[in-house]
Amino acid sequence: MPRTITEKIFSRHTGKSVKADDVVIAEVDFCFGQDGTSLLVIERLKSLGIRKIFSQRNFFAMVIDHSSPSPNQKISGIHNAMRRFSEQNKAKLYDIGEGVCHQVIPENSHVLPGNLICGADSHTCSYGALNAFATGMGSTDIAIILAYGKNWFRVPQTARIIIEGTIPDGIFAKDIILYIIGKLKADFAGYKTIEYAGSVVEKLSMDGRFTLANMSVEMGAEAGIMPFDKKTENWLSRHAGKKFAPVFPDKNAHYENIVEFDISKIEPQIACPHSVDNVKSIFEVAGKKIDEAFLGTCTNGRLEDLEVAAGILKGKKIHPQVKFIIAPASKKVFLEAVKQGIIEIFIKSGGVVISPGCGPCVGTHAGIPADKEAVISTANRNFKGRMGNPDAFIYLASPATVAASAIEGKIADPRKYFKDN
Amino acid sequence: MKGKAHKFGDDINTDYIISGRYKFSITDPRELARHLFEDLIANFYNKISAGDFIVAGKNFGCGSSREQAPLAIKAAGISAVIAPSFARIFYRNAINLGLTLIEADTGRVEDGDLLEADLSKDTIRDLTRNIKIKIRPLPALMQEILNAGGSVEYFRKHRSILKGNR
Repeated sequence: MPRTITEKIFSRHTGKSVKADDVVIAEVDFCFGQDGTSLLVIERLKSLGIRKIFSQRNFFAMVIDHSSPSPNQKISGIHNAMRRFSEQNKAKLYDIGEGVCHQVIPENSHVLPGNLICGADSHTCSYGALNAFATGMGSTDIAIILAYGKNWFRVPQTARIIIEGTIPDGIFAKDIILYIIGKLKADFAGYKTIEYAGSVVEKLSMDGRFTLANMSVEMGAEAGIMPFDKKTENWLSRHAGKKFAPVFPDKNAHYENIVEFDISKIEPQIACPHSVDNVKSIFEVAGKKIDEAFLGTCTNGRLEDLEVAAGILKGKKIHPQVKFIIAPASKKVFLEAVKQGIIEIFIKSGGVVISPGCGPCVGTHAGIPADKEAVISTANRNFKGRMGNPDAFIYLASPATVAASAIEGKIADPRKYFKDN
Repeated sequence: MKGKAHKFGDDINTDYIISGRYKFSITDPRELARHLFEDLIANFYNKISAGDFIVAGKNFGCGSSREQAPLAIKAAGISAVIAPSFARIFYRNAINLGLTLIEADTGRVEDGDLLEADLSKDTIRDLTRNIKIKIRPLPALMQEILNAGGSVEYFRKHRSILKGNR
């Protein structure tokens, strides 16, 4: 029987040949939680009556990223409970400043092609960029995995998204995925895996593939998996250096649906308030005044994203009425950006560089907008209240569009900045 | 199960269910419940009577993986969420916590209707409108987890399912 990537990965992890819609108990390779979800994982583990975690060897990690460093007393207590659990159980902890879990986890070689990974964070689907089946779950599910090394799954059906065409100048992975979400909508891939394919996916860098995979969940997907190629292999040789077995779909695998896009003519894309699938082309929203610009997150806080923004901002000043906040996705990304002079460009332009983490995106601290303010952000969600104020308006865009908008004080087309150079 | 319907639209995300301002700092479910749907409807908590239903459109619970969302709904005394479809992570989380989810078409139900759900007969009766709505039953495993009161209780009793030879 020809199989999808998902069916192959679940077959590997159940020891039998499984197909979509089978309900299975599967072994999980690695699981983790962040500081918004880990305390509940610890509590549920206790309720399960478990004193010893399933494995101490590269099986579980916690990342302090959602409120990092702690903005208040209550969260400081949660962080300390995580530190205590980590010590008692010899579980890996990435403490304040290490970065956003979805950059830290793959950077530290916890993800390999063909793996089954579960994280207590919905954007765990990001690691599909590395040809793994990675999915977000709640704390109770992670506690079950932490106790037994397994959990139940209904093997998802797969939707195949084929992206073809030539990538226009000034258009980035973020524009491509926003365009697709705008067409397919928030519930397109409910309970399904998205397998990405096509010449555009091949052309994208690994950072770009992470952006695509990251936003799969905004279409309801359980996972978003990229094909394995030389780029994946090179990335892994720098970050992992372990043996692995990539997974390829069979030629006649069954897809619940196949959708093809040609992105040769797309404009910069903007997701408008208050939903991610409310996507418009730049000409429909250009000129809208903004009060804050945010560059960072698990979607677009990687080195390539910072490079693109710095390329636009070099030698320029941001608009005097804009608060421009930058959070590199990880300490490693931060350090590299310092070495390359990117951070200096941000600071000289008038930007505020904060410690690697999620803060502004999830509204915990460091950049909460005031009432009626409009924010342009490289994040993945623009729900009402997402950034900590239900009376603010969030627009999502590529790092280039965010940088151009920070300069102009209004939503701006970044393409003219590429023509100048 | 009998109670009043509180009607919501499509794609209700977890940030709406429990506001961003409380999602990370509050750990007590009863305190979370007081802020349920606060950013969409002011004082929503005070409008709920024990046993009421949340009735919504498609893709209910999309967004983050935080279990605080179903936890807050359950702690507020809601007996079940009724929607034509649920976002996957919310679906798992609700079942894991023992919050009943009912898959059914909700187009004809209006805010404030009195509903009676009979899970054994797979039907909801809208007593205000005098209509019957068919329930799409949950898969067997999910039903068993719900009957046990949640996955912690279920897997404590049925450890062999996870421990055995796969």
